[in-house]
Amino acid sequence: MLGKLTWAAIPFDQPIVMIASGTVGLAIVGLLGLTTVKGWWPYLWREWITSVDHKRIGVMYVLLALVMLMRGFADAIMMRSQLALAAGGAQGFLSPEHYNQIFSAHGTIMIFFVAMPFVVGLMNFALPLQLGIRDVAFPVLNSVSFWLTAAGVLLVNMSLVIGEFARTGWLAYPPLSEIAYSPGVGVDYYLWSLQISGLGTLLSGINLTTTILKLRAPGMAYTRMPIFCWTALASNLLIVAAFPILTATFAMLLLDRYLDFHFFTNDAGGNPMMYINLIWAWGHPEVYILILPAFGVFSEVVATFSGKPLFGYRSMVLATMVICVLSFMVWLHHFFTMGAGANVNAFFGIMTMIIAVPTGVKVFNWLFTLYGGRIRFTVPVYWALGFMVTFVIGGMTGVLMAIPPADFVLHNSLFLVAHFHNVAIGGVVFGVLAGYTYWFPKAFGFTLDERLGKAIFWCWFIGFYLAFMPLYVLGLMGATRRMQHYPETGWQPLMLVALAGAVLIFFGIALTVVQLVVSIRTRDRRRDLTGDPWNGRTLEWSIPSPPPPWNFGLLPQVEGTDVYWAMKQVSSGTHSNAAADAYQPVHMPRNNPTGFFAAFFAVVLGFALIWHIWWMAIAGLLGEVTVALLQAWRTNGEIEISAEEIAMAEKALVAKEIAA
Amino acid sequence: MNVAQQAFGSSPEIPLSMRGPAPTAVVVGFGFWLFLLSDIVIFAALFAAYAVLSGETAGGPNGTELFDKGRVLLETACLLASSFTCGLGSLAVQRRDMQWSFVWMAATFILGAAFLTFEASEFSSMFTAGAAPSRSAFLSAFFTLVGTHGLHVTIGLFWLLVMMVQVMTLGFRPMVRRRLFCFSLFWHALDIVWIGVFTIVYLGAS
Repeated sequence: MLGKLTWAAIPFDQPIVMIASGTVGLAIVGLLGLTTVKGWWPYLWREWITSVDHKRIGVMYVLLALVMLMRGFADAIMMRSQLALAAGGAQGFLSPEHYNQIFSAHGTIMIFFVAMPFVVGLMNFALPLQLGIRDVAFPVLNSVSFWLTAAGVLLVNMSLVIGEFARTGWLAYPPLSEIAYSPGVGVDYYLWSLQISGLGTLLSGINLTTTILKLRAPGMAYTRMPIFCWTALASNLLIVAAFPILTATFAMLLLDRYLDFHFFTNDAGGNPMMYINLIWAWGHPEVYILILPAFGVFSEVVATFSGKPLFGYRSMVLATMVICVLSFMVWLHHFFTMGAGANVNAFFGIMTMIIAVPTGVKVFNWLFTLYGGRIRFTVPVYWALGFMVTFVIGGMTGVLMAIPPADFVLHNSLFLVAHFHNVAIGGVVFGVLAGYTYWFPKAFGFTLDERLGKAIFWCWFIGFYLAFMPLYVLGLMGATRRMQHYPETGWQPLMLVALAGAVLIFFGIALTVVQLVVSIRTRDRRRDLTGDPWNGRTLEWSIPSPPPPWNFGLLPQVEGTDVYWAMKQVSSGTHSNAAADAYQPVHMPRNNPTGFFAAFFAVVLGFALIWHIWWMAIAGLLGEVTVALLQAWRTNGEIEISAEEIAMAEKALVAKEIAA
Repeated sequence: MNVAQQAFGSSPEIPLSMRGPAPTAVVVGFGFWLFLLSDIVIFAALFAAYAVLSGETAGGPNGTELFDKGRVLLETACLLASSFTCGLGSLAVQRRDMQWSFVWMAATFILGAAFLTFEASEFSSMFTAGAAPSRSAFLSAFFTLVGTHGLHVTIGLFWLLVMMVQVMTLGFRPMVRRRLFCFSLFWHALDIVWIGVFTIVYLGAS
């Protein structure tokens, strides 16, 4: 009846897991209870859950990422504490079984459920505003994408309480991840949650690529798009080209595990190395999917707060697209030690070093933008400067490891762990936190607390160096990744420094929550009444904060790059009071629960497949088909907002602004 | 007005990239093209896996022993003919010709179903001969590649049925016409993938 699912699936014997999941469970029950008691459900359902507004969906993505950042960080601090203790003969407080699940969950969560939703959320929020349009190409599909990502998140978190998570590392290399060596449900949780959220990401990539290429304000030629739009284009093109490889690879591993196929097994001619090639053919583009939008955020931030147009716009575009193409030609540097031969390794080593060239172009462009500018040292600028220093160090250790003989020494060492955290934290995390601070007032109509923002920056910045510079040294001393304990007591002092760094980062994360609470409570003092709190250059700052559901009452006419900056040079910078008869009726998509229900049945289907509950899997599949058919016959998907209504709303907004 | 006219028809003095948001028909078609490209990347990964594993028979049967090229040729003919009838159906839809639309959609459905029948009989004869996917890596890759294409055709047939009911209940409204356009893109893309399967898997068997 319930497949492999029994009471034994719940780890009653592991106090850490039970206390953690109990606390989370209580928090969720409390939250749901509070929502019910306060009667917030209708509001949540109407304004958020069924919303197809790209701004709302973007906010929900970012919220999801912030929540999962805490989950992923809990794993991180447990690993750091374990390694601070488990020196000499000591075993620490985590068993190898548990430790293996923790590092696998940490990597999976941080990449797929923190970095990805954060980046996709920022793109969702900012792209249509920067392009001067009213929504993404496919608003309902956008909601489906978000909810499928949330479905993946739910499945990963269920693995904490019901069953186990993979012990295979974040990429689940076979043959370890094959049924013969991982007979439990851990790998199945990993595979199904990533298949479901990966589908969401792919659909989102198609949606945003179409949006950028087909929906731009009149006059916005490609070479007039803000750089964030270009980096988002590159990132989404990579999603469309790379995520299907992930889907296909996981599908093959699933067939191996469920139906006794032999793609990656040791016997019957299977080839585990093929998995490693395929997964990195997705995995290397993936790192650029994450970092390119972060580069875009920094480009916007640096130009805005220097009060100058971005230096070398065209070279920036070119560098972005060169990275986009080259990212598909370097995947083998993740496994130089596989033994593909000197010539193959040399080719991929050289290609890897070449990627540093366009990246270097970008760094110089940012520096020359800052040079001679009137820099305002706001929180996003702190992140940008911290990024430039940190990312360059991470880039250089990357180039170092691109040399195959060096990589033979450093492969799978803590040096590697330090390198990719150096670029992931110093690049992606700094970038998304800069974007979060930069666009927050646009989303909510008030700014985030500046002092706390700077405190958060310093916690992350110093915390990062304390946590990861020792790992470079330890790696050179021979410490490997994914070790649960070590005999060498000489390593312990550096491990303690790394723990101190992680604790500092913890303060940074905690202060993010404090900042949010403080900023909401003091919002009346920090209202953004003009819609342009940073003296911005691009179109999103030309409309009120928060923008009306239709974003632009009149589609802007774009004459060049930095279009809003140019507008402000001609007029006073406030919104022009357009003649009431200039407005046209606008068609807006109606709220739609399709995404929510699609995700609900995806969770049912995924859970059933993980636990081999076949009747439930069929029910989940039938549910999905029903949701799709109901959507197919939905003929009233749009509402028309009359020209008068838009004219009145715009007039009220302009009046409010003048009063401010 | 067809898609090309909508995209390229208006105000030639303004460059295409500066004309503002494209009409819905263009946006939907473009988005679906991107989806098809991503789908083709899935097939590319499966082709790559097949290329790596095609020699790994683990002492079991190989392609030349298993494949009946005559049957596969008939199978291929059914699928290619279904693409032709699908094209005729698109023309009928453009004329808003309900009767001929149904005739050609039904023909497409029958030919697609015939293709699947051939494939199912091939698979079942291989199973009875002991050549199941668990026998060897070669057979795993074969069944996955060909089966994924077959799954796409199955989904396509279901979609086609849904579209026939949509035309009956909703008529040729723009929403339905856009979906019919996407369906025909999907169906032709499956043909292109099959050309690859036919060439690499069946003709390339050694």
